[in-house]
Amino acid sequence: MPRSTFVYVTYIRTTPEQLWSALTDQEFQKQYWFGVHCESEWTPGSSWKMVHPDGRITDAGEILESDPPRRLVIRWRHEDKPELKAEGDSLCTMELEPTGRAVKLSITHTIERESSKLITAVSGGWPRIISNLKSLLETGSTILASGSKR
Amino acid sequence: MTKHLQDPDLLFHALADPSRRKLLDLLYARDGRTLSELCEHLDMTRQGVTQHLDLLEAANLVATMRRGREKLHFLNPVPLQELYERWIAKFERPRLKALDDLKKRLEREHA
Repeated sequence: MPRSTFVYVTYIRTTPEQLWSALTDQEFQKQYWFGVHCESEWTPGSSWKMVHPDGRITDAGEILESDPPRRLVIRWRHEDKPELKAEGDSLCTMELEPTGRAVKLSITHTIERESSKLITAVSGGWPRIISNLKSLLETGSTILASGSKR
Repeated sequence: MTKHLQDPDLLFHALADPSRRKLLDLLYARDGRTLSELCEHLDMTRQGVTQHLDLLEAANLVATMRRGREKLHFLNPVPLQELYERWIAKFERPRLKALDDLKKRLEREHA
């Protein structure tokens, strides 16, 4: 089946519980996600939406799986730009796996179509978000301030 | 293997080889490829390509996923982002500012 996938893997010196709360806590998210936060109950079946600092909701969906602090699956649909919205649902899977003194965080984003614009769009953001998240958890501060967003 | 994964020496070592950089370019062009697909583009044995991929995976530059009987290889750009922030961004910022100051001064002198 044709599909577009990206995979991001990083190792963060923290505990699965802390990483889970960093991924699901609004105030924490704003610190590493350039002001963006996600609203959800984080339980299977609950709605999920991504809210920008100006209140815009660009992406929305539903929590398909939630197994704290191990696995989170989000049905993710872009709602803002028409050409990305037309691509429909994508799946974002976050897996947390303890490895020694660190936690392996794997983020996989997949859509069942070739050369997806949505996947290209989100792939530009994830490395900087993840890098910021790692820095925040390991050192208590982010490398990239929201002003440096390009 | 985990202790190597945070090792910057391993990251630079992984990047310091033309075949491994070619593998990264191939995955950048199209992600999620099998070993056989990657072998088609490199003039070396299957075993040689496997060794390069193992080293890239140890440096966390390549992530693998199983799909049925196939093992798919994906480019993981997170260590490159960290490398960029650590070794490029912080050095280029003052230089770009110096260049900008120079430009402003020269333009002021011309005005």
